[in-house]
Amino acid sequence: MGATLKDATAIAGIGQTPFAKHLPESEKTLACRAIVAALDDAGIAPSEVDAFASYTMEETDEVEIAKAIGAGDVTHFSKVGYGGGGSCATVAHLAAAVATGQASVGVAWRSRKRGSGPRPWKNTRVQLPTPGQWTRPFGLLRPADEIGLLARRYMHEYGATRDHLFNVALACRNRANQNPAAIMYERPLTREMYMTARWISEPLCLFDNCLETDGALACVVVSAERARDCRQRPVYVHSAAQGLPAQHHGMVNYWNDDPLTGPAWTAARHLWKGADLGPQDVDVAQIYDAFTPLIPLSLEGYGFCGRGEGAAFTEGGALEIGGRLPLNTGGGGLSEAYVHGFNLITEGVKQLRGTSTAQVPDAATCLVTAGEGVPTSALLLRS
Amino acid sequence: MSATESVRAAMTPSVPESLSASVPGTTDNAPGDDAGLLLPVPDEDGAPFWDHAARGELRVQSCSDCDELRFPPRPCCPHCQSFASHWRRMSGRGRIWSYVLPHPPLLPAYAALPGYNAIVVELAEAPRIRLVGNLVAAPDAPLNSVGPARLRIGAPVKAVFAKLPGGVTVPRWLLERP
Repeated sequence: MGATLKDATAIAGIGQTPFAKHLPESEKTLACRAIVAALDDAGIAPSEVDAFASYTMEETDEVEIAKAIGAGDVTHFSKVGYGGGGSCATVAHLAAAVATGQASVGVAWRSRKRGSGPRPWKNTRVQLPTPGQWTRPFGLLRPADEIGLLARRYMHEYGATRDHLFNVALACRNRANQNPAAIMYERPLTREMYMTARWISEPLCLFDNCLETDGALACVVVSAERARDCRQRPVYVHSAAQGLPAQHHGMVNYWNDDPLTGPAWTAARHLWKGADLGPQDVDVAQIYDAFTPLIPLSLEGYGFCGRGEGAAFTEGGALEIGGRLPLNTGGGGLSEAYVHGFNLITEGVKQLRGTSTAQVPDAATCLVTAGEGVPTSALLLRS
Repeated sequence: MSATESVRAAMTPSVPESLSASVPGTTDNAPGDDAGLLLPVPDEDGAPFWDHAARGELRVQSCSDCDELRFPPRPCCPHCQSFASHWRRMSGRGRIWSYVLPHPPLLPAYAALPGYNAIVVELAEAPRIRLVGNLVAAPDAPLNSVGPARLRIGAPVKAVFAKLPGGVTVPRWLLERP
């Protein structure tokens, strides 16, 4: 057995720009602002940065970022694929690089003008021939349609209802109502609003879909030893995992034996295997929420309940502060900002520093997940 | 040539000429094309499916060595790693596995079909082979020709084929008990 990742590294700094439907600055400028803020938060000079990690969908690259912020010689850089499935893997790759001596100060970032920029699905020119040829001619055009099919099947198999999906949307909205940085800070959600909202892809309504946001975020990963000398309380990367299950097909996962056990199950097995903790030890969770049905699917995958029990898990205020598993305490992609899940990572850090706007008392362990339904990743953070 | 390769050469159609050259891509739909719906953009592995569909046949790729079906098509059998494959004809019967009713914002051609459905059908012979498609009232009827209330998971359906304005034939699905 070689080097272990367990608690070897920590997130020492986080940074973000404002979130809005439209920000005037470019994605590059926003990325630099978030990264400089994260380094300042950690108390680490930009010239010390020697590693970068982001998403393949990130439009800003290491060369541009490194020269803009004044990074030193960079010895590790990686990009992770599959959209929001790559969020936690950016930190995981940096943690692996730092733990094995490939680099000492890593920056992960995501900058995106998804609020004012184009919707990716509208560009039919860039669609991949596979699997697009099997889905798009039939009007399965958008991620909401692709996940809607799985959601309908899930509801059919397990008796899940729209009220369960509402529980997810409401918990995220309630937390956003406590978070002044959230897009939906001043916009409460009621059951009546949810039940009468327009459809996007029936069975999913407007409030089952995430926001469309401009914004950027970043975090700084260093060794645990270094983190203890930084400005902020270290948040340790206790365990990390990626997940691409056997015979998985991406968001259009209709072609294997069991489409409802997605990448979360694969990532979870590896995540818990590398941890001293289990699902019962998690104080607060930041679960990727591009669409509400991803929450019950992820709750099952990460082992908070049994197969088919994810919808029922949301009952009785379980996802609210004081509930069994407080969820997406900054408001998540549904109600804080949709920046491909990077705000879930920074919110996890805030919880373990004790500085969240919806603080879970004495939170010591936080699960953060990336997009379920696509090749995914997850982090188990602890204070 | 190895035995496996010769089997492949004998049994696997090359990219059908009907698709390899002249099929418009999804962005090549001429303005004013019938509905302006997206057309399939086949890749090398998928091209035989569309070629068979053009002949009114629903066929699924099958391993020539271990006989396992696989979909979407791919170069190598995930069960036995054989590169030899052929296309097995299906009865065209199946059941609705799931469905959605997409609403705007949509691409214009689809927004023009309010109440249209997209369904997933599990095939009767191979329930784990599932095809995305549309439930329609007749082979050439529009994608919103069946009322949303008629959609039901488990409903038996059968494949028919519709030739689109771009010259591509796609499977559509009719209720067995309309």
